[in-house]
Amino acid sequence: MATVKRPDGRSYDELRPITIELGIAKNAEGSCYLEWGKNTVIATVNGPKPVLPKHLADPSKAIINYKYRMATFSVPERKSPVPGKRDKEISLVSGQALEAAVMIDQFPNTMIDVNVLILSADAGTRVAALTAASLAAADAGLPMRGIISAVAAGRANKQIVLDLDKEDEDTEDAVDMACAFLMPQKELALLQMDGFVDKKECSKILESALVGAEKVYEIQKKALLDKYPVEGDIQ
Amino acid sequence: MSDIDILKIIKADKARKLLQEDKRFDNRGLLDSRNLEIKKNVMKSADGSAWVKLGNTEIIAGVKFVVGTPYLDSPEEGSLVLNLEMSGIASADIGTGPPSIDAMEYGRVVDRVIRSSECIDFKELSIVSGEKSFIVFVDCYALNADGNLIDAAQYAAMAALLDSKIPKLDENNNIVNKEYADKKLKIDLEKLAVSFSFCKSNHKLFMDATEVEELASDSRFSVGVCGNNVVSYHKGGGNGTFKIEEINKIMDIAASKYLEIKNKICDKK
Repeated sequence: MATVKRPDGRSYDELRPITIELGIAKNAEGSCYLEWGKNTVIATVNGPKPVLPKHLADPSKAIINYKYRMATFSVPERKSPVPGKRDKEISLVSGQALEAAVMIDQFPNTMIDVNVLILSADAGTRVAALTAASLAAADAGLPMRGIISAVAAGRANKQIVLDLDKEDEDTEDAVDMACAFLMPQKELALLQMDGFVDKKECSKILESALVGAEKVYEIQKKALLDKYPVEGDIQ
Repeated sequence: MSDIDILKIIKADKARKLLQEDKRFDNRGLLDSRNLEIKKNVMKSADGSAWVKLGNTEIIAGVKFVVGTPYLDSPEEGSLVLNLEMSGIASADIGTGPPSIDAMEYGRVVDRVIRSSECIDFKELSIVSGEKSFIVFVDCYALNADGNLIDAAQYAAMAALLDSKIPKLDENNNIVNKEYADKKLKIDLEKLAVSFSFCKSNHKLFMDATEVEELASDSRFSVGVCGNNVVSYHKGGGNGTFKIEEINKIMDIAASKYLEIKNKICDKK
C-alpha cells in the first residue's frame, strides 16, 4: 500500500498533516485553531446562554447555533462574504452533528453559539470545521458524550482514497464523501456525498472513512490531553 | 419546533411509541412507501410540469427555460437551477417571511440527486459557445406538506424535466414565447436517479415519513440511487446518528425499490 503514492506524496490511506491548538481565542469560552493540510480553520464556542430570538428556545434541550463561514480570501477567486446556500446547508447539518456529541438535554431553553471560519480552503473544509468545532466545545467545558471526528473519503483515479485534497478532487472520476463520526461510538453524525458510485464501492469508502476518523480521533485526544493533562488512561 | 401545533406534538409522541412496535398510524409497514401518483403536463404555461401526490404530500414542479450566459469554467454547457418553495399554502405551521432553512435544505438535496446522476446532457443546452446557453429552472412548490418533501419534490422535478420541451429561438437566439423547437430535453434514462428518504426514531428505521412521523424521528437519511449505484447521500433532520450497517441497509432497500419508482416517473401520462 505504501509504495503507491498520490500527487502530494501521500499513500491512499494517509491523512494530510493535522496540527491543533486549543484556547487561541481569548474572548471565547472554548476555541480551536486547526491546520489540516492547506486548510486553516478557527472555531469558537460560547454558551449555553439565553436564546435570541426568544421564540426559538426549545424547552427540552439547548439549541446549537452553528455558523460555518468561509473567509473571502480562502479560495482562489474572492468569495462573496454573504453566506450562500452551501454555507447555510453546511451550517445546518454540522450543527446537528455537533448536537449529537454535546449533552444538549442538560441545558433546556438555552443556546450554544458555534462559529467556524475557514481562513484557507483546500477541500474537506466542512470536516475540518467540525473536527475543530467539537474540540472547541470540549475546550469550553461542555459535557459531551463523545467527540466528533470528521474526515472525507472518496475516489480519485479509480482508487479509494482517504482525505481528498483539491488535486484529488479535481480528477475526472472524483467522488467525495464527507463523514463525521461520533467517537468512540463510531456512529455517523454527518454524511454527505455526491457522485456516481457502485454500492459496494460506496460501503468501502465508508469503511475507509471510519479508519480515517479513528486516526483523527487520536490526534484530537492528544490535543485535549496536551492542554488538560489527566493521570492514567482514558478511552 | 416551538411554533408547532400542540396536537401534532401529542400525535408525534404516539407515533414514536407505535414505531417502536413496528406500527404506524396508517397501518403501513416500516419500509412501505405511501401511494405515489404522478401526473405530467399539468400546466400549459410551463415548458414542462408534473404534479406529484405521495400520500397527502403534494408538490407541483414546473420547468422554464431561460437564455443565459454559460459559466466561465464550462463555456459549452447549459445549467440547472432547482428551487423548492414551501409557503403558507403547504402548511399552517409555515409563516410568512424569508424561505425557511428546511426548504433550502430539501431543495439542495433534490438538486444534488438530479445533478450528480448526470442524466442531463448539459452540452445539448449550449446555444453559442461561451456566450449563450439555456438555463433550466425547475421550481417546486409544496402544495400540501405531510412529510417526505424531499422524495416528493425529487419525483416531481424529475417528471417535469422528462416532460419538458425546449423553446424555439429566433434569429437573435432569444426565446419565442409559446413556441417550441421540435425537441424534448434529452435525458439519459439509464442514468435517471431516484431519491429515498429514511427516518430513525429511537432505533427503528422507517421510510417515507409523514409530517407527524418526522416530528417523531431523531434523524433523516436521504439516498439518491440509480440501479445499483449511489449518486448522493445526505444526513439531516436532527441530531440522531446512524451506524455504518444502517447506511448499507438503507442503500440495499433503496436499490430494491428503484425500478418501481423510476417506472412511475418515466410513465408517459
